[in-house]
Amino acid sequence: SPPPAGSAVPRQPDLVATPKGLVETYNNYYEFSFDKGEVAKLAQSLSTQPWSVEIAGEVERPGVFGLEDLLRAQDLREYVYRFRCVEAWSMVVPWIGFPLAALIKAAKPLSSAKFVKFTALFAPDVMPNQRKGAMLQWPYVEGLRIDEAVHPLTILATGMYGEALPKQNGAPLRLVVPWKYGFKSIKGITKIELVSDMPLTSWRQYAPQEYGFYANVNPAVPHPRWSQSSERSLGSGFFTPRRATQPFNGYGDQVASLYSDMNLRLFF
Amino acid sequence: MMGSFDRFWLVLAACFIPAIWLVADIAGERLGANPIQGLHIRLGDLSLRFLLVTLAVTPLQMLTGVGGMARYRQMFGLMAFFYATLHVLGYLVVDHAGDWRLIAMDIWESRYIWLGVAAYLILLMLAVTSPKKAKIRLGKSWKKLHRLIYPCALAASFHYLWQFKGDMAEPLFYLAALLLLLGFRLLPKAKRKSVAAAFSSASSEKS
Repeated sequence: SPPPAGSAVPRQPDLVATPKGLVETYNNYYEFSFDKGEVAKLAQSLSTQPWSVEIAGEVERPGVFGLEDLLRAQDLREYVYRFRCVEAWSMVVPWIGFPLAALIKAAKPLSSAKFVKFTALFAPDVMPNQRKGAMLQWPYVEGLRIDEAVHPLTILATGMYGEALPKQNGAPLRLVVPWKYGFKSIKGITKIELVSDMPLTSWRQYAPQEYGFYANVNPAVPHPRWSQSSERSLGSGFFTPRRATQPFNGYGDQVASLYSDMNLRLFF
Repeated sequence: MMGSFDRFWLVLAACFIPAIWLVADIAGERLGANPIQGLHIRLGDLSLRFLLVTLAVTPLQMLTGVGGMARYRQMFGLMAFFYATLHVLGYLVVDHAGDWRLIAMDIWESRYIWLGVAAYLILLMLAVTSPKKAKIRLGKSWKKLHRLIYPCALAASFHYLWQFKGDMAEPLFYLAALLLLLGFRLLPKAKRKSVAAAFSSASSEKS
């Protein structure tokens, strides 16, 4: 069922959505395949209904909730965001979703809650790389500091381009944190925990010298093997130069203050 | 029967098929959602494959006892240079549209590109000294110079491997193939001959 999009959130005027066909066919979803072009086919075997999400940890109201019940309380809107992958490509996606802050607030976090830990679906029967135990440790885990999690830019998405989220893009529920590299925006969420210690996230566990917990888009801090100074904007043609990457992916005026006391070279 | 002259030109023509195929895929928009990345991968792969084929010529000649393949070795080496040149032009002109500030920044900060640059500079040097005239003029040092194809292939393999984020199967396959070819070269001459003899007696028993 396509979620009804409420009023659009004010967006930056220069943002033009990437053609939908590209966003639906260029997917990093390593549970299915390492090949971005293969994911769309493989992900169709995933069953997303019924879907439940466990809310757990340092909250007054833990529990397992049907997705429909969780969404009933939320005001779905369109959020047009830049999306920048750590592999130095980017797109602009009109997501449909709601602020993560609303869900966290409803769970009534305790004062001991300092971080939010997200866990994705574990379904080795339909996810070939989980079956093989390939590369990362499964299920995929991501995390945010609590102030990042309740920032108004941080959303949980259930749709894009005015329709329900395609399976390869993380249906039925994914995170979107537009100022961080794409791998932070975990797909197929089944569990959201409020925790007191920084969770060990999947990519950081795999290669801590290459992928940090924060993973803020930052052209001044290269990945150890490649530059982050520019990006290939999907949909741009041949002989079109790469786009210069912006600090915090262009959202610095809204989020830079979260990190004012941190050395972003150390906390990459 | 086909003369060896005809065969030479036929093989050379076949070496350009992947280039024609690539042009057709670009025109038909079959390079996926990120065609420029697709272009880099396609051309880089082709160059690396031709490098490995070039390196395989001499061991193959020893194992089979078929001689006179030196001109094919030269041809394959030049094809590796041809595809590597397109790979470099794709990076400079297609991906960065000649924006030198972005290019300089990207190369400076991307260590895997340093290996690519090293591999390409060696290939360039070998291609320039490839004609007979240069070979004669360089004399004994020609052979020494052209042994640089090994560090070149190693640099190219690691250039490929080092930018990878996902499944390492393909880059590791290239590296394994290269190490096998390199290992054969590192065997002492007598040992190489006995490997070749064992191989040819085994294959003649089969037939």
